[in-house]
Amino acid sequence: MKGLAPVLFAFACLGLAGSAFGADEATIQKGEKVFDYWCATCHGPGLPGTVALETKYKGGKPALLSERTDLIPPVTKTFVRHGVSIMPFFRKTEITDADLDALAAYLARNNKTPSR
Amino acid sequence: MTPPGVGAKDFSDALKQFEESVGKEWVFTSDEDVALYRDAYSPFWGEPEERVASAAVAPYTVEQVQAVMKTANTYKIPVYPISTGKNLGYGGSAPNLSGSVVLDLKRMNRILDVSERNHSALVEPGVSYFDLYRYIQERKLKVWVDVPDPGWGSPIGNALDHGGGYLRSEFRVHFDSHCGMEVVLANGDLLRTGMGAMPAAQTWQQYKFGFGPWIDGMFSQSNFGVVTKMGLWLMPEPDAYLSGTVTVPKYEDLIPMVDVLTFLENSGISNGMPGLGSPLLGGFMMPPRAPEVTAMLERNGVESPELHKYALDKGIPFWNCTVKFYGPAKAIRAQWEYAQEKFSAIPGAKFQDGEFYKLPLTPEQFNKVHKPEFGIPSLDMFSIGARSPLNPTPTNGHIWFSPIIPRTGEAILEANKVFSQAAKDYGLPLLSFSLPSTYWTRSFIFLFGFPITHDVATNKKNRETFKQVVRVAAEHGWGEYRTAPAFQDDVMATYSFNNHALLRFHQTVKDAVDPNGIISAGRYGIWPKHLRGTKA
Repeated sequence: MKGLAPVLFAFACLGLAGSAFGADEATIQKGEKVFDYWCATCHGPGLPGTVALETKYKGGKPALLSERTDLIPPVTKTFVRHGVSIMPFFRKTEITDADLDALAAYLARNNKTPSR
Repeated sequence: MTPPGVGAKDFSDALKQFEESVGKEWVFTSDEDVALYRDAYSPFWGEPEERVASAAVAPYTVEQVQAVMKTANTYKIPVYPISTGKNLGYGGSAPNLSGSVVLDLKRMNRILDVSERNHSALVEPGVSYFDLYRYIQERKLKVWVDVPDPGWGSPIGNALDHGGGYLRSEFRVHFDSHCGMEVVLANGDLLRTGMGAMPAAQTWQQYKFGFGPWIDGMFSQSNFGVVTKMGLWLMPEPDAYLSGTVTVPKYEDLIPMVDVLTFLENSGISNGMPGLGSPLLGGFMMPPRAPEVTAMLERNGVESPELHKYALDKGIPFWNCTVKFYGPAKAIRAQWEYAQEKFSAIPGAKFQDGEFYKLPLTPEQFNKVHKPEFGIPSLDMFSIGARSPLNPTPTNGHIWFSPIIPRTGEAILEANKVFSQAAKDYGLPLLSFSLPSTYWTRSFIFLFGFPITHDVATNKKNRETFKQVVRVAAEHGWGEYRTAPAFQDDVMATYSFNNHALLRFHQTVKDAVDPNGIISAGRYGIWPKHLRGTKA
């Protein structure tokens, strides 16, 4: 996806290990529902999105997005709004900005950061 | 960007009226938001010719759709309705005409009725197959939805684009298994078809035709109205499922094997979606092909006597056919037995029992089966294009070349000759042999994927090749059943009997029902009068 690599590079340079930015439990629970509805159908165990990440990271990172500990919210949002490879981007009538905030918080819930 | 032919002030006024109709937050005009309406698999990705929207508006109710259409008609704003926008490979959520305002119906996601007694549903366009499946499961209703693969799209959108599924034959053609629709016309008027036209009728999802001409087909693969509701016929959950495979030894056995299959399907004996394969040649869902077979194919092609002798000497069947059955356990076992009798007319035919499931599936079976064959939506199909050990460098999408061919073995063999030659002529990856899909019982369809990349030169070459194979197929009478907007004019041009009488009729209708030409200009090759000749 155009523009994706520079964005990711910028996050890497900031050295952010990731954080849910203090998201509350209700937001994280809402994000889990968004994940189950929109993402888990391709990023669940053994499904194409998981196989794709397993192939990409070769064990260096968990293939299941829900087990990652390095997904900072801007990265999640970039992939959802820009897509990657054959995964298309998602419109705001599908995943609203509020839903995306919650999804990003859910995927960052296990990140080990000073803010959590 | 403003829509073509629309002044900046008129566009601004129309957008304000859209906001008044649907709420400011559901009118998208920023570059960032509008970019989400690009076709992720566009064969023009990043080129000036890429079809892009000027804005998007997302109504929540039929009344809001009517209000938006009235505004659009007043200001002559081109609009492009989408249901869930998941028509990937065939255009996604992007319009045919750049500058159109996408009418995004995703928010209209109500399941209005599911009848377990009538085996039917009534849904809005934003409902996905997953939504409908989950609704049915939560209520433990004994009905199945015929889902396409992948299944995240809209039952309405898929039916309107003539998509197909995997259950019993009477449900697999999704447009055929719809029953009644509601349509907003270009001027905002509201129409219901079939029994929906009678206000007191209780039979909207029971009898398709109502009274007078049946016009539902005019709203499929067209741009004559905005479908806001549709009835669907559902399959009663069957007692059991059974599959069985016949193998036949010789190259020429393909012809009688297909004839027997067609008889069994059109007689209602084999009622599930069959599968054709070749144990000798390998391929999708088959064991890998032996290296010596590949060598023989490369030397002399599939008609090679050397290859035919090899198959017979080694006892490797040239073809197989898996037939599938839904119904009472005793009945489908008898149907499989009868199918074996019919296939036994082919000397050397052998049989193997496949899967038998007493339904509903156990959790273990659920995880093992090809889900759409059990009415379960899935995205597993993306495994074909996604990164995997077999595909370490995936592309950015695909488009489908998907011609309809006659339902005979002869046609399969002839099509392979023609497409193999076309592959050589146009530098495509050479296909040793391809077998068609069997969504429909009366014809075959080939599905060939063309990769989409983000490299302009590669996409340009693929577009040109795509147009050439459309032309070559049409010369043999094989027509595309559906295609991406980039090729809809080319495909419509191949349906040219009597100086394009069919397209001329479409244009006459278009001018009558949408005189300002505001709905989906150019969709399926149908352009409004003011753009005709400039775009097609």
